[in-house]
Parts: sequence; structure tokens; C-alpha cells
Amino acid sequence: MDRRDFLKTLAAAGALVTVKSSGMMDVMASTLPSAGQVPAADGNADLAAIMNGEPAAMLEAAMKELGGIGRFIKKGDKIVIKPNIGWDRTPELAGNTNPDLLVALIKMCQDAGAAEIKVFDHTCDNWTRCYDHSGIEAAVKKAGATMVHAHEQSSYERVDIPNAKTLKNAMVHKAIIECDKWINVPVLKNHGGALMTCAMKNHMGIVWDRRAFHSRGLHQCIADICTYKPAVLHIVDAYRTVATNGPQGRSASDVVLTKALFASPDIVAVDTAAGKFFTQVNKNIRFEDIEHIPDGQKLGLGTMDLESINVKRVRL
Amino acid sequence: MAIIVIAILTFGFLDISGILDNPWLQKIQFGPALLSLSVVTLVCLIAATLLLGRLYCSVICPLGIFQDFFNWLSRKFNKKKKYGFKPEQPWLRWGVLAVLVIAWICGFTFLVGLVEPYSAYGRMADELFKPVYLFGNNLLAALSEKTGSYRFFKVLISLKSVSALVVALLTLFIVGHISYHHGRTWCNTICPVGTLLGFFSRFSLLRIRIDKDRCNHCLACQRKCKAYCIDSANQKIDYSRCIDCFDCIDSCKQKAIYYGPVKSSKPAPVQQTDTVDESKRQFLKSSLVIAALAPAALEAKVTGKKDERVPMSPPGSISHKNLLQHCTACHLCVSKCPSHVLKPAGMEYGLGGIMQPVMKFDDGYCNYDCNLCSQICPAGAIKPLTVEQKHSTQPGRVVFNKDICVVNVNRTSCGACAEHCPVQAIHMVPFEGGLTIPETTPDLCVGCGGCEFICPVKAVHIEGNPIHLTAKAPEQDTNIQTEDFDFGF
Repeated sequence: MDRRDFLKTLAAAGALVTVKSSGMMDVMASTLPSAGQVPAADGNADLAAIMNGEPAAMLEAAMKELGGIGRFIKKGDKIVIKPNIGWDRTPELAGNTNPDLLVALIKMCQDAGAAEIKVFDHTCDNWTRCYDHSGIEAAVKKAGATMVHAHEQSSYERVDIPNAKTLKNAMVHKAIIECDKWINVPVLKNHGGALMTCAMKNHMGIVWDRRAFHSRGLHQCIADICTYKPAVLHIVDAYRTVATNGPQGRSASDVVLTKALFASPDIVAVDTAAGKFFTQVNKNIRFEDIEHIPDGQKLGLGTMDLESINVKRVRL
Repeated sequence: MAIIVIAILTFGFLDISGILDNPWLQKIQFGPALLSLSVVTLVCLIAATLLLGRLYCSVICPLGIFQDFFNWLSRKFNKKKKYGFKPEQPWLRWGVLAVLVIAWICGFTFLVGLVEPYSAYGRMADELFKPVYLFGNNLLAALSEKTGSYRFFKVLISLKSVSALVVALLTLFIVGHISYHHGRTWCNTICPVGTLLGFFSRFSLLRIRIDKDRCNHCLACQRKCKAYCIDSANQKIDYSRCIDCFDCIDSCKQKAIYYGPVKSSKPAPVQQTDTVDESKRQFLKSSLVIAALAPAALEAKVTGKKDERVPMSPPGSISHKNLLQHCTACHLCVSKCPSHVLKPAGMEYGLGGIMQPVMKFDDGYCNYDCNLCSQICPAGAIKPLTVEQKHSTQPGRVVFNKDICVVNVNRTSCGACAEHCPVQAIHMVPFEGGLTIPETTPDLCVGCGGCEFICPVKAVHIEGNPIHLTAKAPEQDTNIQTEDFDFGF
């Protein structure tokens, strides 16, 4: 090895170490849930579980336990609310997030001084029918928020997901990329492949090419996408639950009136709570088999140990 | 009037907002009405022709109005544009019609659709004008999105089929060329509707007439006639070709040409030569003999290939045969399908069914609750279905190939197919180690193609039913708890 080679090697090694360490810094900075966006609990609950109420009332009760919406969003924030609007189903069939819940949440965000509230989902069924028949488009518009299109590739941009294990990049909706903060509002349902769909699975609706998830390992990809830009708050609509034949359900006979709501800034905790609740409704599903939840914990998205956090249970 | 008609009709193809989902103008077109045997429409159109002449060709037929546009262009560019009188070409007209009838009987509906004027125009609207319209729409949507408005939305522009695009381009070029240089020659030589209506318009009550006393044989009307049907020298008009454009009336300085009923006791000029009729009859007779023999040969050819996938015709089309008999490939359904499922067929249905709609799941899948195509078809090729009827119609059945399924090959969760199935004809059953794998119940399948569309490796696909079957109603599930929940943690 002559001197020139030595110097080259040295430079290359140096660069490599620098890149690696800066990469590590990124990981450390953002593995915490909702990195740096959610202030400390300050005695408020980490997770609120509410039962026996109407959607709006349960949301109000949950936010009271969590310390109010003001803990999560600030005046002037540009907000995205991301419900599940995947299917051409009416609210009674619970294939999509409950519109009443969304309206109540929009009101809260408006009262907290949100500068802009956008709502969208990358639907599975024909988007106009989903937006229409779910009752969500009409409700959102009436409440004064903006329905954003998500049916076209040009609404998405490819982003890197540095903390991912498998899904290293994906095409994510620009509304999510550009917003200050976003709130994830899934509906709790059975799912043929993922067994249960809730807060983590709802992230598939911010992505354009979902087939990649299915071909590369569904559970890990779900966990991976959750690390991209964590939502500040996850509100699980379990007012009506598709217990079987999910996520669409074939008819009203698949739907159970469960009247529950779970809310937390910790996505793993909220899916753990909702998942354990769900295994009561559909006893054929074992919580242990819903792999994306432990996968999320491994990526540092939150905790499955509900004993270690402050959980508030309220029956209205 | 004609401009309004063509505008509404064309918009019926282009529209994406759904305000023209009841396309009545499409339903009064002669060609589709004939193939769907919608008696009321046919009787009305023929009665109108007997009363008023071929007004249909001037104000209802979109291809006719389209030709008048080229005609108008040519006169803009060439002020001295002159036509003249040319004798009728009965052999050509009736020959073309006979060939088409034979083709139709033999199952070559493709040929009929190719020249049927409304369908020819429909394909141009869908294949050529619509992409332009959508491009404009998408541009508008992009601009409005920039300003924060989501009033307009973008729509996928896709090349639906190369053959249909080529056919539409050829139609545009050929019909455009003929009409630019030779007026309505297409309508009076090739067009089967023109020939049929021409037969009736010979006897029409109101028609263009020449006042022989006033006429000074100036030939002005003859030069203006884009149908080449006024023989000014002999003061005769070939009513089988007159399309009621009334250009001649304006041209006559003597006011010797007018539109109306018989005025005096002069013999009506319905003196077509008998020899022509005779040859027509002979031609038709011999054609029918050939027609009787041909279908068998064609059928054998179509069923020859067995290993390929069976195409799926849209729900409501009853069977491939029904589609083949009635569809003139106007592409209204292709144009209006909100899920981009209906595409013009290549050779899927065989030679006779080229360009007829076939379900393909590259850009989407058939919405469970949508029955739009069945509601708008003007030709009765897709019969009207209620949403409930559609739910029990099975145009095709699911086929699952476990060997390439990602659950089996990669040992990962998937379930995308079952997720998209509205009737759980695919559902997930326990596999190894907590995984679930698809299991099919084809009897439940409604052939919507959701599974095929979303499957990352195409381990599921829909195989068409040449004759549509009935999908079984799914059983109710009872294995769920409906009350007494606790938090569960």
C-alpha cells in the first residue's frame, strides 16, 4: 500500500463513519413516539379508554383524561386528520371511521386554533363512492375542514424511511409530508390478513403503493411506515366494530355495536389496548398473532406494556 | 339544434361528474336501437323519417353532425366549394348493408360496429376526445389544488386498447377526409343507417321539392348539395339520399326549392328503377345463403383455443353470445366505467367481438354496488340490472394459485385478496404459525376482480363465465359476541 492508497482508504473510512454516525443520530432522535412533538404527560393519562358513550361524548371524555387537544396541537398548526375511508360502506356497516367522531374532532381542532385542517384517505374502493357513502366528505365539509384527494399518484411523493427495517422508502401523501401535525383516527376492525386493523394498519392509507406491503411482509411494513412521521395522537373509533369478515364486512351481521374509544399519543399502546378489546369481540383471534404490534415496539414506536403507563378507563 | 345535440351527446361520453348518467340521446340512436330491438325507438325514428325525411341524419346522428363540421371547415377554406349531382350507387349501398347483415348473423358484430355511425362517433369521443378533455380537467384540477381548492379532481388517463385507438383514428381520418372533400358521401354509400333510413325517406311526407315553374335551371342548389342528390337539370331529387340539411333552400334565388308536402297534383317523383330492386333482392338472397352457412365455421374457430384465460363480459351482458349479438362497441360503457374496469377487447372474444367491452383489472376493480354500465347501454348488450340483481350475478369466478401466493412462498401475512372481496368468496383460513392463507368459495364470487387487482403476485385471478351464472348468497356468521364487553386489558 503506498501513501496515496492509504490516504484514500483513510478518507473513505472517515466518510463512512461520519455517515453512519449521523444516521445513528437520526435514529436516536426519532425513535421516541411522536418525536419531540408531544409534551410530557404532566400528570395526564397516557392512554384513555372510554366505553358506553356516543362518539362525540367519548372523544370529549378521552381528551379530558389526556389533558385536552391543546396538549397535542398549537394555535396556527396545519393539521391533517387521517380517518379510515377505505370502503364503499355506510356508517352503519362500520367499514370506515365514524363521521360524527370526525366532526367532533374537527371542532376541537378549530377551537384549539388550527390554521388548516385537511382530511383524506387513500381508499381501496372507488374513491368518490367511499368519500360519499361513508358520510365523511359531507360531514367534514360541513364542519369546515377540507377534503383532500388521494386517488392519484401525483398527490404522493417518495420519501425515505430511515428507521424502517424492510420498507426503506415509500410514496407518502403530500398532505402528511407538508402538515405540521397529524392525527390518526382509525376504526377498529377485523382484517383477513393482518387479523386486526387499527392505528398502525391505518397508515397504509397514507401510502400510494400498498402492494409492496403485501409482497414484502405486511406486518413489518406496517410497523416501518409508522416510523416515518408519527402522528401526535391516535384516536381509535370502536363505536361499531366489524368483528368478522373484515375489513369490509359482508353485511350488518358482521358488525357489533361496541361503543368504545381509545386514545393515546402512543401508537403501540393504543393498538395493544384496542387489540385486547377486540379479542373479546372476535374470540377466534389471538392477540399474540397480530405481529405488527410487537414489530412496532421493537422499532421504538411505543410500549405494549400497559402496566407501565398511565391508563385511564372510563365508563360513561 | 344539431350543435346542441352533438354537444350533449359528446359530453355524455366525456362527463366524469355523473350528471349525464342517463344518456337519453344515446338511447335514441338507430343502430343500437335496432340491435336491442327496442321497438318504440325504432317505430318513432322510422315514423319521423316517413314524416320528415332523414332529419335523423342531420340532427340526431353524431357522426352526421360531425361530418357537417368538416364540411363547414372545407367551405371556410374554399369559398368556391362546389358539389354536383351524382347518380345513386344502389349496389354499393345495399351491398354494404347486406355484407353487414351477413357479418352480424355470422357473429362478426365487429364489422357492424365499425361503420354504425353512432358507435363510430362514440369511439372517437372515448378514445380521442376524452383523453384531451381529461388532460384539460387534470390541468384545471392541478391548478385549483395549488390554490387550495379541491373542487376539481384528477382522473386517470389510460390507453385502453391500441386497436380501439387505431380504429378511432382511422375513423376520424377516413370519415373526416370524405366529408371534407365529398360531403355526405359516407352517409349515402357506406352508412347502414343511412341506407335503411334512405329506403323510408323515399316516401316521406314532407320533403324538399322543386317548383318546376319557378326553377330556371341555374344549378345553384345542385352545387350546394353535399349529398349530391339534386339533379337540377331534370328537376329531380333522389330522396333516398337527401338528409334534410336545407342548404339548397338558402341557395335558391328563385325561391323555387322548398320543404313541404305535395302541393299540386303532380306525380310524386318516386320512380326508382325496378331493375335495381331486382338485383338487390338477388344479392340479399344469395347473401343469406352464405350467412346461414358461416356461423358454424366461425364458432369452431373461436372455441379452438382452450388454454387461454376466458374473458369476462360485464355483469348484465348475460353471455358472450348476447354481447356479441348486440354490442356495436360504441364504448359508452367503457367511457363511463368509474373504476376503469371495462376495456375494449382485442381478440378475447374472437374476431367478431373486437372492441366490445371486456372486464380487466389493471386499473381498478368492479365496484360491488355500481351498476352504471347496465343502466346506460343503448344496445341491450348489457341489460339493466338493479344493484340487488348485480349482487347475485356471476360473470366470472375466482381462481387461486397457492403455489405463487406470498403467504405460502414468503411465509408472511398478506390477505389483500380477502380484504378486497365484498362477499368473502376469498377468506383467510389458519395456515402455519399464526399466518392465514386464502381459501376460495367460487360459488359466492361475483367476479368483481378486487382480489386480482390487489394481489401483489397475481396468485388470484377471475376466470370469465361464457354464460353468466348466479352467485350464491353468503351465509350469515354467528360466531361473534355482541354484548357484555369489558376493556379487555
